[in-house]
Amino acid sequence: MDKILKMVAQRLALGAVTLFVVSLIIFLAVQLLPGDLAEAILGQAATEETVAAFRRELHLDLPAHERYLNWLFGILQGDLGRSLANQRDISELIGKRLLNTLFLAALAASIAVPLAVTLGVLAALYRNSFYDRMVNMATLTTISFPEFFVAYILVLILAVNMGVFPSISNVSSDLGLWDRVYRSFLPALTLTLVVVAHMMRMTRAAIINLLASPYIEMANLKGIKRSRIITHHALPNALSPIINVIVINLAYLVVGVVIVEVVFVYPGLGQLMVDSVSKRDIPVVQACSLIFAATYVLLNLTADILSILSNPRLMHPR
Amino acid sequence: MTSKLANGGKGEVLLEMRGLRIEGQADEIWHEIVCGIDLTLRRGEVLGLIGESGAGKSTIGIAAMGFTRPGCRISGGTITFDGIELTSAPEETKRRLRGSRIAYVAQSAAASFNPAHKLIQQFSEAPVQHGVLNSSQAAKDAIDIYHRLQMPEPDSIGFRYPHQVSGGQLQRAMVAMAMACKPDLIVFDEPTTALDVTTQIEVLAAIKDIVHQFNTAAIYISHDLAVVAQLADRIMVLRYGNLIEEGETRAMLDRPEETYTRQLLAVRSYRRDESPPTKEDPPLLEVRGISAGYGPHIKVLDDVSVKIGRKRTVAVVGESGSGKSTLARVVTGLLPPYQGEVFFKGQALPPSYKNRTQDQLRQVQMIYQMPDVALNPKQKVRDVIGRPLAFYLNMNEAARNRRVSDLLEMIELPADFADRLPGELSGGQKQRICIARALAAEPELIICDEVTSALDQLVAEEILKLLQRLQDDLEVSYLFITHDLATVRAISDEIVVMLQGRVVQQGGKTKVLTPPHHEYTELLLSSVPEMDPDWLDDLLEKRAS
Amino acid sequence: MKDFIKLMRSSPWSARFGMAVIVFYIAIAVFAPIVSSYGETEIVGSEFEPWGGAFLLGTDNLGRDMFTRMVFGARNTIGIAFVTTCLAFLIGGFFGLMAAALGGLVDQILSRLVYVLMALPPLIFALLLLTILGTSIPILIVVIAVLDSTRVYRLARAVAMNIAVMDFVEVARLRGEGLMWIIRREILPNSMPPLVAEFGLRFCFVFLFISALSFLGLGIQPPTADWGSMVRDNATLITYGDVTPLLPAGAIALLTVGVNFVVDWFLHKTAGLRDDQ
Repeated sequence: MDKILKMVAQRLALGAVTLFVVSLIIFLAVQLLPGDLAEAILGQAATEETVAAFRRELHLDLPAHERYLNWLFGILQGDLGRSLANQRDISELIGKRLLNTLFLAALAASIAVPLAVTLGVLAALYRNSFYDRMVNMATLTTISFPEFFVAYILVLILAVNMGVFPSISNVSSDLGLWDRVYRSFLPALTLTLVVVAHMMRMTRAAIINLLASPYIEMANLKGIKRSRIITHHALPNALSPIINVIVINLAYLVVGVVIVEVVFVYPGLGQLMVDSVSKRDIPVVQACSLIFAATYVLLNLTADILSILSNPRLMHPR
Repeated sequence: MTSKLANGGKGEVLLEMRGLRIEGQADEIWHEIVCGIDLTLRRGEVLGLIGESGAGKSTIGIAAMGFTRPGCRISGGTITFDGIELTSAPEETKRRLRGSRIAYVAQSAAASFNPAHKLIQQFSEAPVQHGVLNSSQAAKDAIDIYHRLQMPEPDSIGFRYPHQVSGGQLQRAMVAMAMACKPDLIVFDEPTTALDVTTQIEVLAAIKDIVHQFNTAAIYISHDLAVVAQLADRIMVLRYGNLIEEGETRAMLDRPEETYTRQLLAVRSYRRDESPPTKEDPPLLEVRGISAGYGPHIKVLDDVSVKIGRKRTVAVVGESGSGKSTLARVVTGLLPPYQGEVFFKGQALPPSYKNRTQDQLRQVQMIYQMPDVALNPKQKVRDVIGRPLAFYLNMNEAARNRRVSDLLEMIELPADFADRLPGELSGGQKQRICIARALAAEPELIICDEVTSALDQLVAEEILKLLQRLQDDLEVSYLFITHDLATVRAISDEIVVMLQGRVVQQGGKTKVLTPPHHEYTELLLSSVPEMDPDWLDDLLEKRAS
Repeated sequence: MKDFIKLMRSSPWSARFGMAVIVFYIAIAVFAPIVSSYGETEIVGSEFEPWGGAFLLGTDNLGRDMFTRMVFGARNTIGIAFVTTCLAFLIGGFFGLMAAALGGLVDQILSRLVYVLMALPPLIFALLLLTILGTSIPILIVVIAVLDSTRVYRLARAVAMNIAVMDFVEVARLRGEGLMWIIRREILPNSMPPLVAEFGLRFCFVFLFISALSFLGLGIQPPTADWGSMVRDNATLITYGDVTPLLPAGAIALLTVGVNFVVDWFLHKTAGLRDDQ
């Protein structure tokens, strides 16, 4: 048991280090700017006094490590700084949008995960059948589609031609749950379609890999029923790879949200980030990057730890 | 004709195969791998299936359960088990037979146990699922059988997970699992091949004992005639999916009819006399006081010293974990030792190969266990053998081509093999190419690391004879690393016996092989199966007393 | 040549379809000026003219010929994606093979670095870098190539590691061969099949990635014709039930499908190297 704790602690420490390095990279990336932030924003036309005043306001006169520490401690206390575009507090700007994005991702995941795992396991069990081949072609095609292609096809069919769902998802906090689900349905469906294909293929591959193990052949030769082989012999060992597949795809989902939000004008974090990028509102871009990256890192970390915990060899050491 | 022979006190026919044909798929073409086999097995009888790789013995073994591996299919003939025709039986019928009336013991227990469940759960699964016993009866039964198999801590070992148990014990646990429903027939598929000789004895004894106690019929599959002879009442010799010879065990060992059977019988009898020791100072290679290992904590070799004279063969023998291959890595410079030095002709070699001169590297060459991975699959034989010629000896292309032809002749392969890729060669041919590559460097010492273990026995013997002839012609010395005492007997001048990183005995072949032995040498020597059906019983009796 | 014909005959319809698509796209990209009727950025009519007549596929939001922009888009989008993938392979492949052949400290440092870089979601990281560095085509290519090279590195290293531990590589080391010989003659020839397949997959990824960035307005900048930004520019038409904006999106999808079909067949051919991903 000690070994497990040690491994989990190791992963957590590694995750913390990664998060730290990620924050450092996001901070340092800004240092790549030709000149500095003040010049970049104010442009070449600005007088030296305004540039200097702007620098002082942004604390650009402080040395880089001090600015980094200030920034980092600010974030740890929930203070993400101020937007350059409209001087608003970034934490306030982000708060609701982050919840919206998480809602959308959760909605997509709640459809995608059960669907993908079931279909993927079935494809593996009926390997090389007609169903499996169809699934292979269909998923291969879907993963080849850009997200916005899927999104616009859905808009064309479900919103424009059939008029079942709205093509623009203007959700707000005063909506009831069902209204929210209804208005977020098209972006959620787009995300689901894209992520299901990936997840299914990975689930199928993991299960096929598992079914080739000698202990599955042994179970067959012991005359065990097929259903029991799946539940008792394959599933306990499949848990670890399947969890891995799910979490990796969740991470993908949270990030993949960006494009879908733009298509459906969904008021989430992704859209804010894209807007800020085009306005070159660098503090907001940094804050959004950090939140996305942290979610991504934490989800991958969860996958790591869960796969340790679901590995029988590690759970029962010698 | 043979069934009459084997009817000595055994019961009615349990399993019968008539004209069985099985095909396997390779590159989308079906090839016949079992070509019309007739097989009869009576209740309580043990039938040995013996043959080299590609004989189809394993395929026949699992076909007895009405099962074929993915990519194989039964294309003709019948398999009748106790009146049930398996090739046409519905899947459900076959499923009910498997595990309850016919059980299977696989080669690798480590891979065949499910890592997620305890041993006793896996033991109980078949009897509970087939409705033979309830789970508490099955657990009691398991402990009883663990006792009978003389497993350590029989009352508690079942509550461990597979990876918590050693290889030999796991193999016995699998034999126990096969016994769970007291089946009529067990198929043993090379159950001891992956084990060390001393562990093999324990498992063989356990199998023999349990099969007799329950009067179970068995099919015992092996490539090793001496192992099969200990258990089988009757033996079938197979080759390329065909039956070569079938007969009662003693009769076959005494009077083999076919040449192929005779060859298999003679396989361990190749001997060469020890050549007289030469007084040399300094010796060609001297390993002095080597301690080595991986990382700072895992010490694999402890104060090992070995000398090799010119034109001599020194065999380093030991079981897995003895450190014999690590010794080879130290000599080649792949693993710099913690302590000690390697001297070549009296000169200390730099510990790492990276610091050795081209000439120092040239003088010591190496041949590996697996010829498949020792040859770059993308290089033609000409390039494989030609590279050392260009690299060490600066030969131009014409000279290289001439030399490659010479070398091919030396290893008894036709000159047109130079334009083949390794994929077009058999295992034995590949190993010959590896030998030619080593010879091309004109070395004075060749390290042979288990060079015959991955080969079929007859091929292996040819390789040993070739190495011997080359030594006579070229006066090269061999450091021969092996776990197989038959190989040691065949080829060595001197023997070094290793156990857990230490040398327990070393000296001339005759001296080491004649009693009195060191205790461990005795154990090793006595554990090598002999072509005598009584060998195992005699040995166990002797050890018990 | 005979082998090639035999190979083609044994290929499934999906792979043949994929190859046909790829050949067609390459032809369009190469002969763009001949195929098209107008100049790439030439304004030839009023906005959003319907299909047919002088404008096969109508005009776009600025009155440029849609068909012409589609044809030039093939050249720009595919060309940039191809160059980026090649660069990613040069960087990732080189370091991956080096890490596998050298092992030890070099391998550890490189692998840690890549581990951290891979912990960053690529789209987010690209957005951040492009905000700061601007969106000129060379910067776009370098940023995406560097980000993508981490994936190439990981595969190249894994494949090369499996080969580097084989005995024939040890033979070459013990013979005293230099690092370059070992990489070039022993490791590389045996790593080709998975790397070739990976090239196809990475190309798809990069191609979709650049299209996504362009769609967000941060990739290839106007007035250069590019499929991603063409979808963005004409997206409003969708709400009127006009399929024109789906054309460039579909063009992206079709090529990716084609490449994926060919890679899938190739992976199947070279026997289960990787069943997926």
